[in-house]
Amino acid sequence: MTIAKALRIAITEEMRRDPTVICIGEDIGTPGGWGGAFTVTWGLEREFGLERVRNTPISEAGLIGAAVGAAIAGLRPIADFQYSDFMFCAADQLINQAPKICFMSGGRIKVPLVVRAPVGASTRGAQHAQCPEAWIVHTPGWKVAVPSTPSDAKGLLKAAVRDDDPVFIFEHKLLYGSSGARKEDNAVQVDEPVPDGDFTVPFGVASVRRLGNHITVVATHLMIYRALQAAEELASQGVELEVIDPRTLVPFDYHTVCESLGRTGRLMIVEEDTRRGGWGAEIIAEITEKHADLLKHPPVRVATYDAPIAASPAMERFAVPDATRIAAAARAMLNA
Amino acid sequence: MTVSDFLQLDHPPAPLPDRGKALDLYRTMRRIREFEDQVFKYFQAGRIPGTVHQCQGQEAPPAGVCAHLLRSDYITGTHRPHGHAIAKGIPLTEMAAELFGSSLGCCSGYGGSMHMGSLDYGMPPASAIVAGGVPIAAGLGLACRMLKPGTVVACFFGDGAFNNGAFHEGANMCAIWDLPVVLICENNFYGASTHVTTVNKIPRLAERARSYGMPTETVDGNDVFAVYEAAGRAVARARASEGPSFLECLTYRRCGHSRRDQNKYRDKQEEQFWLARDPLDLARARLLQEGVVAQAELEEVDKAAAAEVQAALDYGEQAPQPQGEEALRHVFCEESP
Repeated sequence: MTIAKALRIAITEEMRRDPTVICIGEDIGTPGGWGGAFTVTWGLEREFGLERVRNTPISEAGLIGAAVGAAIAGLRPIADFQYSDFMFCAADQLINQAPKICFMSGGRIKVPLVVRAPVGASTRGAQHAQCPEAWIVHTPGWKVAVPSTPSDAKGLLKAAVRDDDPVFIFEHKLLYGSSGARKEDNAVQVDEPVPDGDFTVPFGVASVRRLGNHITVVATHLMIYRALQAAEELASQGVELEVIDPRTLVPFDYHTVCESLGRTGRLMIVEEDTRRGGWGAEIIAEITEKHADLLKHPPVRVATYDAPIAASPAMERFAVPDATRIAAAARAMLNA
Repeated sequence: MTVSDFLQLDHPPAPLPDRGKALDLYRTMRRIREFEDQVFKYFQAGRIPGTVHQCQGQEAPPAGVCAHLLRSDYITGTHRPHGHAIAKGIPLTEMAAELFGSSLGCCSGYGGSMHMGSLDYGMPPASAIVAGGVPIAAGLGLACRMLKPGTVVACFFGDGAFNNGAFHEGANMCAIWDLPVVLICENNFYGASTHVTTVNKIPRLAERARSYGMPTETVDGNDVFAVYEAAGRAVARARASEGPSFLECLTYRRCGHSRRDQNKYRDKQEEQFWLARDPLDLARARLLQEGVVAQAELEEVDKAAAAEVQAALDYGEQAPQPQGEEALRHVFCEESP
């Protein structure tokens, strides 16, 4: 099963389970349309109708604000950005409103809102390429999930819908497994079996994707697959990477990372966001402040260079970390 | 555009509601005025922290609109929310405690003046971001229509909000989805210090709102009976699931924009015209003139409001302050320390 389908099944099951769950977003629920930009909500209107699968004008501030208001008054909206880059049009609602209402009310109001947003460079150019997780990670009041497998996508989305706080789910364009007219060039096949039925993935529990004793690599989304590719290459040279998928950035599972560092003593972050001020910087700062004793080597970041993403595939390939860059960084770390 | 242009409202004076309702409208306005006047004194004396955006002179829109609402209906307020909160029924004691930053405030001290609200009375914390409450009101309206039909949302905002994208996105959603929302523009002619005519080619905002495909009306927002009558039509329409309306209330601040603002940017002639039209004086004169109430009854209302406000401020000032560490609670609704 693909991630797009796993997300669609999660939404379907949650909408069947709880009549207050609705979808709201641009280009969803349009018969003959795609089901959002990447097919996740495709066909849902046939079962749930246009009242609960609500297509909106191209009004990002409006649709997030409406989702916030609906959440205050008893619905559980799943709001949908076509591209995460568009979330900046809704910045007031995402930064000033949604994550502050529970707080400003002294804990009296719950805002059970889920926002979904596709991230990642995909040769579309600078305004359809960003990985803006850090902006939300920085803002108190949000939980942030970053699924990279079909099972995690289903379980994290179901957990998000049931959570009484605002949850941001960032999904990667090249991992969806979208097909037909919405198929992505350069996509990574992550078609895997997903357990049937009702399960959730708890927030704040990382998944160790590969065991290794030399370097602890923390990566999300596409970067996990590139780190795993680098790990294969390095394994033939006797270097073993441990690859950890945090699955949620807020809350973050420091325990699993520190347990791994106890064996490796070396921390590498691989992130597709631009390097300066990314979420990886936060993880490194936290671990350096509190667990410096675990580190045999200064932590290393492999991240997209600090520039907008160019449209040209050659330039995009250069800017975004790949297995070669990850492997080189790992070798440099071990030779030091 | 001159002052008289703005009040070229050719409708005859609104009829008075029944005696009890008329007195209620006056009482709500008096409670707002008294609260604001006393809060101003406390603030000037340094007894209330932070900043305050007050609404003396703008009592009629919240009083006239909220008189049609039930406790289960919703409103959204602005950075100038004290009048909205009082008109919607939040107890003055809880509001006063909130202004003093006390744990006994309606937001336990986490909200303050600009985020006054209490969902117990249908008012989420007011949004201090101009126009930020409009899309939220649309969402409240959507939930009402799906979960509790017949429930109404009244969305308050100022003339300044009209030029913010969030207003237009939210208003359009209210219209295309026929949501049970009443959009109330408190047009007090100034976005902070900027005059409405300098930032709107068409300063009659109802005219522009009409383009969204909803009924609009402009009323004398200092005449509480005019506001009450027009709001009645809009609220009834929303309650009957017939869709949103836009109500432009022309009104005027008798106070500064905030804190110690002295309104030096205002035209003196314009100011004179409006200050001579105090909404409380207008209501009082009309009620007496038409023999609906006796002078003594109004004085009793005034006296009761003064006593209630004083008691509320005494309560708020003495209410316990939170511990500093409580600043970290409620970031998430099920908080783990």
